[in-house]
Amino acid sequence: MEPVAVVGVGMTAMRRERREDGYADLVYEAVRLALEDAGMTIDQVDNVVTVSNDFFDGRTISSMAVQDACGSYDKNVSTVEGDGTFGAFYGLMRILSGSFGTTLVCAHHKGSESVMPLITNAMFEPVYERFLGAEAVTSSALQARAYMDKFGVTEEECALVSVKNHGNAFRNPLAQLPLELTVEEVMSSPYVAEPLKVLDCCPISDGASAVILASAEVAEKITSKPVWVKGVAHCCDAYHLGDRDLSDARALRDAARRAYSMAGISDPRREIDLVELYDAFSYMELMWLEGLGFCGPGEGGKLTASGATAPEGEIPVNPSGGCLSGHPVLVAGLNRIIECVLQISGEAGERQVDGVRTAVAHGINGPCGQSHCVWVLGGEK
Amino acid sequence: MAEERKELIKLESGEAEQPFRWSAGVYGSKFLTELRDNKRFVGVRCPRCGKVYVPPRNVCGPCFVELTELVPVSDEGEIITFTVVSFGFVDPSTGKQKPVPYGYAVIKLDGVDTYILHYLDETDPQKIRVGARVKAVFEEERTGSMLDVRHFTLLDR
Repeated sequence: MEPVAVVGVGMTAMRRERREDGYADLVYEAVRLALEDAGMTIDQVDNVVTVSNDFFDGRTISSMAVQDACGSYDKNVSTVEGDGTFGAFYGLMRILSGSFGTTLVCAHHKGSESVMPLITNAMFEPVYERFLGAEAVTSSALQARAYMDKFGVTEEECALVSVKNHGNAFRNPLAQLPLELTVEEVMSSPYVAEPLKVLDCCPISDGASAVILASAEVAEKITSKPVWVKGVAHCCDAYHLGDRDLSDARALRDAARRAYSMAGISDPRREIDLVELYDAFSYMELMWLEGLGFCGPGEGGKLTASGATAPEGEIPVNPSGGCLSGHPVLVAGLNRIIECVLQISGEAGERQVDGVRTAVAHGINGPCGQSHCVWVLGGEK
Repeated sequence: MAEERKELIKLESGEAEQPFRWSAGVYGSKFLTELRDNKRFVGVRCPRCGKVYVPPRNVCGPCFVELTELVPVSDEGEIITFTVVSFGFVDPSTGKQKPVPYGYAVIKLDGVDTYILHYLDETDPQKIRVGARVKAVFEEERTGSMLDVRHFTLLDR
């Protein structure tokens, strides 16, 4: 792959309700921050990819409703309906096509403006699955049970993720839910859908973010500290929930294998310094760690209990606080990429981890991680 | 002069609806009419890999070949995974809120290689286990929908 770099990033604060801002206002804030970070003006942006979801926004062709805010007016603009990691993937491909030197990718979400279970219910197949009330939390509870039952993972091991990530959020001023928790407090929070308890679940959030990608030629002119895309891949499992083995993240294993191969990584645990992954629910961090190859199947809980995934551990995971501490849907995956970029550039503030040279960002799309997108980012071209 | 009061306005979408009419297709219609008229499940078998799909559909995704052989399957099966749901919401497809808590499971019907989602008649998670045997309980009044099955009942209590 021709080298492509991330040259600018911007994130708004994630909050339960950004009542003062419509979603175009959030996009403008994130895009302005990304341009400032890159030291660019909007005129230097060759093309734009917007990421949004019509159901969440309550309007069709929602992606076109942020044109002024993202500066795509009079530019080539295209859209992705899915997680931000997939939007960035498309932005990357537009540069690799040779047609553009720079791509601005922005994503927005206002969970405060709709009724979350109704929207996530609508992602399910309407004839056989939607009627029965399937939505994000119930389907994830089914996946959590399938995974925990297969490998003997305990609710306490899942609770460790919640304790760690909410604690990490104290060092991230943009996070929504820094919480000082104990495993006992997570365990005694009420069940939402057994085995998931309130404190195993991500919050509903408002937020936006933006990244600017550039070809090597442009990146090296713009910035002295580009962060390079070393490898990237995505893979998708079956659509019907009932066609999938929910205990097995095989689409993630495939995406990780291909992204690592592209990046020349053979031993992820040794060669990767930091991970930002999509922990919409606490059990997901364990499953995705296994799918990303940081431990064997069913060993995510033990890895977490060992302290290896803490900020000072051997392989820090979600030092930002993760999705458990702020979950603007669609934006959340782009934030995983941005957190990795900040860590590699040494600009992650209080949450900075020492010596991060190579980091992995991960996003999901569809119920229970139907599709996964894996990014390997590094400081060396 | 008094300081101007900051007011942030939100507009409601109101009672407006976006109704849809989703086609179940030929096999889907057969599946739903069999549930309605005969309290039976039917699936479709892949001529290449032999996998039986419920609900039936036209294409085997992994083989990418057309499916043509409808096969009857059992109304009994086993629990693959389950949850007990403690929060309720008004289901847009029925307009009703299901009383909580309720049991919810991924079920593998005997003779089928894929799973369906459905309700369980048990709400105590301690009494449900992965691998438990279940059987469909049908509604008296059936309309040609997945809800013609009221729930699955646990067979070994």
